[in-house]
Amino acid sequence: MLLLELSLQGLVQGAIYALIALGLTLVYGLLRILHVAHAALFTLGGYVGVIVTNGTGSLALAILLAMVSVGLIGIGVYRLCYRPLLDRSPLVALIASIGIFIAAEEIYRIVFGPYGLSFVAPPLQAQVEIAPGVYLSHARLMVVVLSVLIIGVLGWLSSSTRTGVAWRATVSDPDIAASFGIDIEKVRYLNFFIGSALAALAGVMVALLNNLVEPTMGAVPAYKALAIIVLGGLGSVRGTLVASLVLGVIESFGTIYIGHLLDRDAIAFTFLILVLMVRPQGLLVRG
Amino acid sequence: MAYEIAVLTTMAIAILFALSLNVITGFCGQVSLGHAAFYGIGAYTAALLTKAGLPLVLALLPAAAVAGAVGFLVGMASLRVRDDFLAITTMGVAFLFVGFVRKQDALGGEIGISGIPSVAFGRPGLLVLALLCTVLFVLLTVHIRRSWMGFAFDSVADDEDTARVLGIDVPRFKLWAFVIGTAGAGVAGGLYAHHIRFIGPDSFGFLESISVLVMVIVGGIGSIWGVALVAGILSVAPLFLQFVDDYKLLLYGVLVFATVRYAPGGVAELASRLARRIRR
Repeated sequence: MLLLELSLQGLVQGAIYALIALGLTLVYGLLRILHVAHAALFTLGGYVGVIVTNGTGSLALAILLAMVSVGLIGIGVYRLCYRPLLDRSPLVALIASIGIFIAAEEIYRIVFGPYGLSFVAPPLQAQVEIAPGVYLSHARLMVVVLSVLIIGVLGWLSSSTRTGVAWRATVSDPDIAASFGIDIEKVRYLNFFIGSALAALAGVMVALLNNLVEPTMGAVPAYKALAIIVLGGLGSVRGTLVASLVLGVIESFGTIYIGHLLDRDAIAFTFLILVLMVRPQGLLVRG
Repeated sequence: MAYEIAVLTTMAIAILFALSLNVITGFCGQVSLGHAAFYGIGAYTAALLTKAGLPLVLALLPAAAVAGAVGFLVGMASLRVRDDFLAITTMGVAFLFVGFVRKQDALGGEIGISGIPSVAFGRPGLLVLALLCTVLFVLLTVHIRRSWMGFAFDSVADDEDTARVLGIDVPRFKLWAFVIGTAGAGVAGGLYAHHIRFIGPDSFGFLESISVLVMVIVGGIGSIWGVALVAGILSVAPLFLQFVDDYKLLLYGVLVFATVRYAPGGVAELASRLARRIRR
């Protein structure tokens, strides 16, 4: 049963990674920016989720509010921070993004206090037995179901709606897309809104699983999500999903089997470095 | 006097550390998000050796050598991946180093290494040694700047493909930049270990890597005196200003963002702008 449990744990973790990394991939695909500050939005989502749930008692409302407000802030980040840097080397934007991220962490510490917040009455903690002897909490189940659902909806949106087509056209060639009358700026806003909303959702999920949000909770996902989108072959949505799940599973097995040598993050990054050295273009992208 | 000596030592070490990254990122244009790993490698190497009885002066050489050797390996990675991918790879190196050290009992694990012996002649001796190393490194980088190697670094930083077309051996110069830079960080780390006399995995985490990168960028990427000036100021600012101590990352984040947004050349660029205006 250990194998099954580890795989399940890995998949739940992978689903969370996927929610975070999808936003990053969307931004990278469109703007070629490694958007580290994405994780600051993830943390903010967690805070909004906990505060609203504690205030109103409704988790659904909290999720909705977190996604909408953080989505709007995501647009603000693009407008104020990335837009002015678009014509410069992408590394400049990366460095600016790191700057925003570490500053944001500090701001959370000042505003929300250094010790973090918890749910007063943690929702969805009941356990379900999904196989003899293997239990999964409702919260974990919801993480997986929601991720699958949302990724499915996004996939459908991008393939079957006019907005989705406009988005894909902008990703593959912004200039040509613009010449066909697509408002590129609008596409970018939408992109940041959706990506940031997903990060906020992931933030609420992680808050549920750990029953804690703290100023630095974004640090590890920030860097790991970067690793994931690189593994997935930058900008590839399918690659990102696969890489998220693979990394989640590798970590949960790795901590059991080589945990005495390397810690969880080091395992993830060792895997990343090994893959990059063998396939510099990422796991799924063809050379 | 003891306090002033400690402050000056902190500055000298920070300047050496920042200038070592300046060779890789400033001169050669290779972004490294994991420079603290080499600082850490030097610190651990030197600390273990002096605890075994070697004087620090002799322990600094192996510290530089081990850091430089690992830097060579990471340099090899820079031949395989570029730009964004290199940034992520070096970030991976930072996490790998900390994650590895955490789990090794021989390196003190989570607890780290304490009771690192003091240097001959005590604090003043360490200050002299740190100043000496820093001055030597400054001279080395000034020399590199003026030599053929500096020109080659420039061309690699500017446009790698064009440099290759011009017949510059790009891989060789990238490796040189990594080896010189990481060996310099190793020396700085060795000095740091004997300055604080306690090291642990958290002393060399990712945020340290970011902090030193911030110093290089705010100082003016590639400018020796700009980077040295900013590294010197930022390293001791927390001692004098409570605000900086409390909100260091906020300050660093805002500084680096403001720099790339409004003055990409950092303090060096601002100074030369100012100088031009005065001359008119």
